[in-house]
Amino acid sequence: MKRSRLPLFTTVFILLFFYVPILLLVLNSFNASRFGGSWEGFTLNWYVRLFNDGPIWTALRNTLIIAVSSTLVSMILGTLAAFALHRYNTRLQRIHYTLIYTPLVVPDILMGMSLLLFFVAMGFQLGLTTIFLAHVTFCISYVAMVVLARLQDFDFSVIEASQDLGAGWWDTLWRVLLPMLAPGIAAGGLLAFTLSIDDFVITFFVSGPGSTTLPIRIYSMMKHSRNMPIINALSTILLVVTFLAVWSSQRLTREKRT
Amino acid sequence: MTEENSVEIVNVTKRFGSFTAVNNVSLSIRRGEFFSLLGPSGCGKTTLLRMIAGFEQPQEGQLLLNGEDITRLPPNERKVNTIFQSYALFPHMTLWDNIAYGLKIARRGKAEIKQEVEKMLALIQMEEQAYKKPDQISGGQKQRVAIARALINKPQVLLLDEPLAALDLKLRQRMLIELDNIHDEVGITFIYVTHDQGEAMSLSDRIAVMNGGRIEQIGTSGEIYEAPRSSFVAAFIGDTNFFEGVVAAELDKDYNRTRVEGLGDVVCFNDKNIQLNAPIHLSVRPEKLRISRDRPDPNPHFNVLSGVVEDIVYLGSHTRYWVRTGDYRISINQQHGRFLLDERAIKWKDQVFIWWHADDGFMLEQYSEHDELLMTLPDAPAKP
Repeated sequence: MKRSRLPLFTTVFILLFFYVPILLLVLNSFNASRFGGSWEGFTLNWYVRLFNDGPIWTALRNTLIIAVSSTLVSMILGTLAAFALHRYNTRLQRIHYTLIYTPLVVPDILMGMSLLLFFVAMGFQLGLTTIFLAHVTFCISYVAMVVLARLQDFDFSVIEASQDLGAGWWDTLWRVLLPMLAPGIAAGGLLAFTLSIDDFVITFFVSGPGSTTLPIRIYSMMKHSRNMPIINALSTILLVVTFLAVWSSQRLTREKRT
Repeated sequence: MTEENSVEIVNVTKRFGSFTAVNNVSLSIRRGEFFSLLGPSGCGKTTLLRMIAGFEQPQEGQLLLNGEDITRLPPNERKVNTIFQSYALFPHMTLWDNIAYGLKIARRGKAEIKQEVEKMLALIQMEEQAYKKPDQISGGQKQRVAIARALINKPQVLLLDEPLAALDLKLRQRMLIELDNIHDEVGITFIYVTHDQGEAMSLSDRIAVMNGGRIEQIGTSGEIYEAPRSSFVAAFIGDTNFFEGVVAAELDKDYNRTRVEGLGDVVCFNDKNIQLNAPIHLSVRPEKLRISRDRPDPNPHFNVLSGVVEDIVYLGSHTRYWVRTGDYRISINQQHGRFLLDERAIKWKDQVFIWWHADDGFMLEQYSEHDELLMTLPDAPAKP
């Protein structure tokens, strides 16, 4: 029987649709042409100009500070939330679940605006702190969901086994529970990290003077066409970093299943 | 409390909401004994075990371990260890680390841990696999690691919660022998929870049969099989034929006459002092019945019935017959001596006589409808 070629064609077409624009961006970051309309020879010029652009590096530093701190905090809070959600099953928990789940589906622009209103009303100075708080609010949800999924097929008899063998709760936590959940917590953390790094909409609302993050810096650079190739170079670097993060996150979640 | 008792359970009751899982149970388990808790699912046997382990707290009653009250002690402070049904090995640790866990928690010296773990690995014959992870070994091997991990703490009592339920039949039979050997070797008290009467009977020194949160009977395998003290025990352990009847008269100090509905009077051994006119169930095991086309020689202690053969199943070591007598469909297991020499084999629809010695029938108090549900035997209903 001759196999249909249709699935092959659709797959190739969809992959092209996904990746050709990204490929073009990567190519253009090495293109000597400023406008990217045609190939005018290979250059690393844009990368050199990128490395000499001070504000970009300040923005990158801000982005990393926020990504790392909000990831760490949301890993702790998200894991605790997942535990509470899994452990207790009351009507209050269903509300808790909805509250944790909502940030995943609420439009960013709504989140950003409401957070801005909240910060202004509370008299917060807009800056890195407000961006950090905003990022934690949505990162918690992602970590909680990933850890909760791990908890759902967690065999809790190992906890009893640990107690049975003489361990108190502290030993059980450090020797059994956390090591077994570590891949889930790490996967949730990496997801949070990548989301925090490239968040634009929410950050745009809650950032203040001197707290520009990378995505916002890129947006403001795009107003001048001469900056376009530098943005291409920067995007290429971001792409590589994000790809590595996602790849290692998948490795961590897959590890247990094989 | 005598010195021989390892675990003492005194009037223990455990309720989950409105459901009473364990209902005022008292039980003494001797030191070094292989003791089984046997019963259908939901009878409270696992709850009782979990209370001994410390995972559940009774609302009423007391638990003693070597005379010491452990009722309120958390699981990590009790000198008992558990083999879980799912084994509950730590998946992120090697088998070596799994076995060493208890000693590491107790902060023992490195050299001592190494020595003890190696001794345990030798006991379960798994030295070669020490550095594998639990998901790289078979179910039977996991079982052995779980045993080693528990025994390394030198518990005074080992609790086993249906440890063979997850294994296939062949492996189960091998692990049965292995468990027995390990029990002989370490000499500590084993408390074994199972719903499988075969496992319980072949391993145990004594068995407690549980039903509906209560203990129906405690005894050796032989006592429980040969002299069941309730209808539930008679039906749950092995197969049996039940006849409904009323105690009609006392013949002498050992025997009673019992009137069975639709069959007339039968003679029974009376060891329960059941009152005259009390409604009873008479239980007769299939292998205690004899079957023949010829009427047996008269004997005052034989109960003889006549009937028609309805079904015959040849089972190699014996043949099982179902005989219709009045309202009853009676199952009979008969070994065949001199198979080919027997005059004429019993055939389907033959008129036959069946009989049993009065000592082989047991008068039991009538069972409840709830018990009846649990006892229904799909292949040999006692009544149509």
